[in-house]
Order: sequence, then C-alpha cells, then structure tokens
Amino acid sequence: MIRDILSALFILAGSLFMLISSIGMIRFPDFYIRNSASTKAVVLGVLLILLGVGMHYNDTLVFIEIFAILLFIFLIAPLAAHIVSRAAVITDVEFWDKTDLRELEQYKKENEQETDLEGKE
Amino acid sequence: MVILLNILIAALMTWFTQEVYSDISNSGFITILLFIAWNTVLWLLTFFYNKKVYYRIPIIGSLILFYLKELFVASIRVAYEVLTPADHMVPAVVAVPLDAETDFEITLLANFITLTPGTLSIDVSKDRKTLYVHEVYVEGGDTDKVRNQIKNGFEKKILKITRSRPRR
Repeated sequence: MIRDILSALFILAGSLFMLISSIGMIRFPDFYIRNSASTKAVVLGVLLILLGVGMHYNDTLVFIEIFAILLFIFLIAPLAAHIVSRAAVITDVEFWDKTDLRELEQYKKENEQETDLEGKE
Repeated sequence: MVILLNILIAALMTWFTQEVYSDISNSGFITILLFIAWNTVLWLLTFFYNKKVYYRIPIIGSLILFYLKELFVASIRVAYEVLTPADHMVPAVVAVPLDAETDFEITLLANFITLTPGTLSIDVSKDRKTLYVHEVYVEGGDTDKVRNQIKNGFEKKILKITRSRPRR
C-alpha cells in the first residue's frame, strides 16, 4: 500500500519536472539556455520515473535493468547536449542580447584560423 | 576500470543467485543483501591479485551523492525560473582553464558541468587546455567566481579520483 503511494509520487514528480522543462523550452530566450534547461530537468525526470517503476515491481531483474538504463542516460544526455551546442556555436546560432561573449571571441579566432588554413590547402 | 567490472560481475551474480532465494521472497531487500555479499566476496578476492581495486569506493560514493544533489538543485532552479514571470538570468560564456589532461577526465568534467545548475559545456580548445562553458547565472558579470566554483568543486573531486594512489 505504502509502496504504491510512494511509486505513484515518484512518477508524478518525474513527469512534473518533464512538464516544467517543456514549458521552459517555449519560455526561455535563446537556444543555449533552452538546451541546458531541458537536459537537466529531463535527466532528473527520467531518474524519478524509473525509480517509481522499480518500486512498483520490486523485482531484482527490473532493478538491474533500471540501473543500466540510468547509467547510459547519465552518460549520454549531457554528451548529446554538448554536441548540439558545439554545432550551434560553430554555425553561429545567435546568443541572447544580454549574454557576455568576451571570452568566446578567442575560441572563434582559433576556429577561423583553422578554416583559413584548410582553404589554402 | 576494474572496479566497474567488479560491480557489474557482482550485479550479474546477484541476478543468478537470487532465483535460489525466490521461494522465500522476491523482494528488493534480498537483492540488496546479495549484491553487498557478492561485492564483499569480490573485494576479498582482490587481495590475491591486486590490492588497489576497492580503495576508491568512498570517494566515488561521495562524488555520486554530490552529483545527485547538484542535479536536484539544478532542476529546482530551472523549475523556479520557468514558473516565475521575472528573468533572473545573466548569461555569459566563460573560458575555464583545465588541469585535467586525459580523455576520461575531460569527458567526466564536461558531463558533470552540463548537469550542474545553469551551466552547459560548449567546446574544448584545440590544445585541450581550456573548456568553454555557457553559464546562465553570472552575478554582476563576475566570471572569475564561476571559474573558481568549477575549478575548486568538480575538477578537484574528479582529479582526486583519477589521480589518487593507494596507501601502502
């Protein structure tokens, strides 16, 4: 009985986090803030939902599977966010007006030099 | 990573052996007991070939707890930001100088940064000495503070794991 209530609470909290992050996708001002916000809330949402599912079944095999899924999600979700934002920086997706970009210029300079070299060859 | 392999083997052995006990109970409690028991057996076995395998467990445990806490704080902060009408965000791109050198350390650090409050790792420079981080909450344009937080928080902990040596 208590187990059912607990698992329901976990699943509800997880889906609530996902809902909030998807509202944030619409609300936030630029690509990078959206990206970082959605990654975090989704990872926590998946964690909570899977814990709720595991609590519902209360079975060894299910727990092992959940452990494996969580391991891969924790490895891969930040990686995907990183790759997407890197591609965005390289293709000059616009930052928000208020963003402080002084330290990014150095990075851009490096990249430009490289493309120049490639053009010459 | 011998230690990951060991824990994986312990999990598999738990899976196999728990069927024997499934007549008594198929609950999570027996599972956890079996898992700890198999880990202990593997730990005792390490004395025959290599003493360095299990000494990192307390540091890794504290890192995982810290990670989960930061993830939770980050999500709460995002939720707060979404649900209140005012904007508190002062974003900036911060260049963080890296002490981490190997691929494993840099990957771990970048992943950890992406999941902490308001930060997103963008790219590593060509000479692998700077990590560019997009940070949403820079109070008063003070990028040094963010840099210090990352260097003294996560990087220190990660380097502690990958570079520590066992006491003899």
